Amino acid sequence: MSKVQTALPRPDLFRFTMPLMAALAAMFGFVGGNMVAQPWLGAVIGAVIGCAIAWVAETNLEKRTAVRWGVIAVLALAGLIFGNLGTAVSGALIGAVLGWAAYWLVRSDYRAAVPIYYTPGQTLWHNTFKFICGLIFFFLVAPLIPVMWLSFNAEDFFTFTPEMLNFQAEGYSLKHYRNFLGTDEWMVPLKNSLIIAPIATIISVSLGTLAAIGLSQSHVPGRRAIMAILISPMIVPLIISATGMFFFYAPLGNWLEANLGLSQSFVGFVKVILAHAVLGIPFVIITVTATLVGFDRSLTRAAASMGADPVRTFFQVQMPLILPGVISGGLFAFITSFDEVVVVLFVGSAQQQTLPWQMFTGLREQISPTILAAATILVIISILLLTTVELLRRRSERLRGLSPA
Amino acid sequence: MLAADGTPLKESLGRALRRQKIRALALVAPLLLFVLLTFVIPIVSMLVRSVENQIVSDTLPGTVAALSSWDRQEGATPSEDVFQNLFFDMFNAAEAKEHTKLGTRLNYENTGLASLFRTSGRSMDDIGEVFQDAIEDADARFEDGAFWHEMMSGEGGDALVADRRARWENLTGEPMSGDIGYVPSQDIIVLLPETAAAYTDFAIWTAIEDNDVVAEEDPWEAVYAALAVDLRDPSRAAAIAEYSGAGADALQALTATEMPTLTFTDAFAEMDEDWLTPGVWQTVDVYSSNYTSGYFLNSVDRELTVDGVEARPENERLYIKLFGRTLWMSLIITSSCILLGYPVAWLLANLPVRTANVLMILVLLPFWTSLLVRTSAWKVLLQQQGVINELLVWLGFVDDANRLILMNNSTGTIIAMTHILLPFMILPLYSVMKTVPPTYLRAAKSLGATNWTAFWRVYFPQSVPGIGAGSILVFILAIGYYITPEIVGGTDGVFISNRIAYHISRSLNWGLAAALGTILLVLVLALYWVYDQIVGIDNVKLGG
Repeated sequence: MSKVQTALPRPDLFRFTMPLMAALAAMFGFVGGNMVAQPWLGAVIGAVIGCAIAWVAETNLEKRTAVRWGVIAVLALAGLIFGNLGTAVSGALIGAVLGWAAYWLVRSDYRAAVPIYYTPGQTLWHNTFKFICGLIFFFLVAPLIPVMWLSFNAEDFFTFTPEMLNFQAEGYSLKHYRNFLGTDEWMVPLKNSLIIAPIATIISVSLGTLAAIGLSQSHVPGRRAIMAILISPMIVPLIISATGMFFFYAPLGNWLEANLGLSQSFVGFVKVILAHAVLGIPFVIITVTATLVGFDRSLTRAAASMGADPVRTFFQVQMPLILPGVISGGLFAFITSFDEVVVVLFVGSAQQQTLPWQMFTGLREQISPTILAAATILVIISILLLTTVELLRRRSERLRGLSPA
Repeated sequence: MLAADGTPLKESLGRALRRQKIRALALVAPLLLFVLLTFVIPIVSMLVRSVENQIVSDTLPGTVAALSSWDRQEGATPSEDVFQNLFFDMFNAAEAKEHTKLGTRLNYENTGLASLFRTSGRSMDDIGEVFQDAIEDADARFEDGAFWHEMMSGEGGDALVADRRARWENLTGEPMSGDIGYVPSQDIIVLLPETAAAYTDFAIWTAIEDNDVVAEEDPWEAVYAALAVDLRDPSRAAAIAEYSGAGADALQALTATEMPTLTFTDAFAEMDEDWLTPGVWQTVDVYSSNYTSGYFLNSVDRELTVDGVEARPENERLYIKLFGRTLWMSLIITSSCILLGYPVAWLLANLPVRTANVLMILVLLPFWTSLLVRTSAWKVLLQQQGVINELLVWLGFVDDANRLILMNNSTGTIIAMTHILLPFMILPLYSVMKTVPPTYLRAAKSLGATNWTAFWRVYFPQSVPGIGAGSILVFILAIGYYITPEIVGGTDGVFISNRIAYHISRSLNWGLAAALGTILLVLVLALYWVYDQIVGIDNVKLGG
């Protein structure tokens, strides 16, 4: 890195760094000034500050860390003097951006990643492109942040209170989490979800794995047609599946209740579990089939030649190797059921109310920010699931010798 | 050539192949059966329901038969025979409380019929009572249920019981099996056909639905009305005079007295003038067949009238617009996904593996996060008091009084759904771009192409399959979306799926919901077929 930098010519302070820094800081100044209805004054002050930072960076090339912290501290202090804790944090953030940008420009870091022969225009495009991608990544992930933040709201609002923005302790509380964990309104749906999702997952994984092994044999009559049928629950829009199931499962449930004497609640659970199991099947089929593509068929023949019967071969040779695929398929099936709301709305009754169902009703009627606490917990669960799937995928690739690392 | 066990090699191989096929099928069979039972049959049941229309002929079987001789084009008031059948059909339907369902069904086609059927159903007893009073005045024995039972019972009427039982089963949709403790006499059936039918209807309902003993219950008003109808036939008087079975003298006494001259046409007209309007009867007649294209026509803003298929009135047209909006908005969402997904996929495909894997997590995290969490996030962000508006107001860019309306319209749906479906675009794009060798781009540039030419003429054509796969995936997912438009879409940001859900859970017009669903399904399957041609379903990948 440093070797490249020494080779790069550093840009001119007055013709390049200072105007750019002034423009960037003027933008922040414009926005900040707009808060007090003085956008142009803000822009001018910003431009001056930008020039100053550029000059400091140019003259203190080696003291990068110290200068950047200094800029952050000065702007945070300015924010605190002219506003409150909230503006101080904004000031610190702007300071961090400006400090970083100043050294990025003066040290020619902006050219570090592009070939030496690139024209200024190409370099500009390269960096703009990276910036755009950064914005898209921000768009992907950022919406989740306010949700998590607001779940600590002390008020029953879906919006930020002034106390929250000023980072005052009284603006925050765990009451929505207490409400989530302490009331039947949320605990019963959670319990229902935790009954329905695992059972549905077990059904789809056990049937799905068997079928995937069958489908991966070399001679399967009508493989395409079978595959199309098995994948169809994923392709058919949920609303259509739900409509069909609504028409079919209601009389089926009535029949079960009348002829087998089962309780209404039990039948309701059976209906929802069957519906969710079939929705999870395509995911199991796809992941397990993908794992089986890399499975070395000669291993089963080797096992057979050493006297193992097919069942033993399956459990001791094939299963350990395809297990990562089976587990990640199972996780997909689990999350499908755990996250599913349309079908359960149509097929289930109030006794089968699941967590997403409760969230959906809450969102439609906007009752309480407890939804946000539930959402935060779900995000944490999904991070855990994502990590598991990623680790399994890498393990599976390593086992199959596909990964370069 | 022989195999080791002495059988010809060809035969031996064939047997092994067959065994392999059977084993593969045996492994697949349980799941296939499961999916067929729990998924394919429900979908088929939806398709059937979109054309099914037995309700008219099940509820008004006699009326529909009588109407077959009526000329619907001419538009005259139907004959007395039709109204007489209507009375007996409606009487039974009102007993089983099925007439309101028929009214609701026909109301979809002709507004006002729901209340007509509901109020008329209540007045059926009043019509019957006119005849009941007259008959009981003529001979007091007709007040007694046991007398009626004795008079009607006999032998040889099993066929009639079976026939009426089937009608009840069609009407209620429930099995009406079981002993009813009554068999009509064949002589009475010949002598008093209407009375026998009405009394049998009464007996079946009393014995099976009410669990009462037929002989102990007084007959319905309809039975008296039927008796009066039978007596109106002048040829009957002679037959009754010769009749010698149980209650013959009571019947003979009746023939001697004056019966009310009330016609059923007048009775219905008095109840509600609308029964005389041809429009009502045209609707009943047009929708009397067991299968109808009515729901599908409704789905495309058409209706079935006496003159064939016609467009609905301007203010009732909704679905073509809604389908159009669903397709248009899905197209916008797909294009925004391409626009946002392409640069990211390009970046991921061209970065070193280690960095790309880290950035990939930023794509996969929203993919794995619950749909409801993401939708609630957008609700938090977009609403009038939401984060985006608060921020803009705080910064002074937006006046507090004129906050941006980002939610409860199509903007909200498009933003939120683009975010939700973006990973489905990035992942297929990424997997295609991974396979494009970066050397091609360098070769193009070394041959003198500008950056743009190199990208547009060399790189872009190779990434088109990725765009195709991602677009179809996103489009298929988008046109069937329900949850997100429901929460952030308001009224003009909703899709056809929201309308389907509305018909299932609120308006209860299930046939229309099924027809709309069928159209959507056909659309999706067509796209799925295209997807299969381009990508192949075997190549669907999850999570990179």
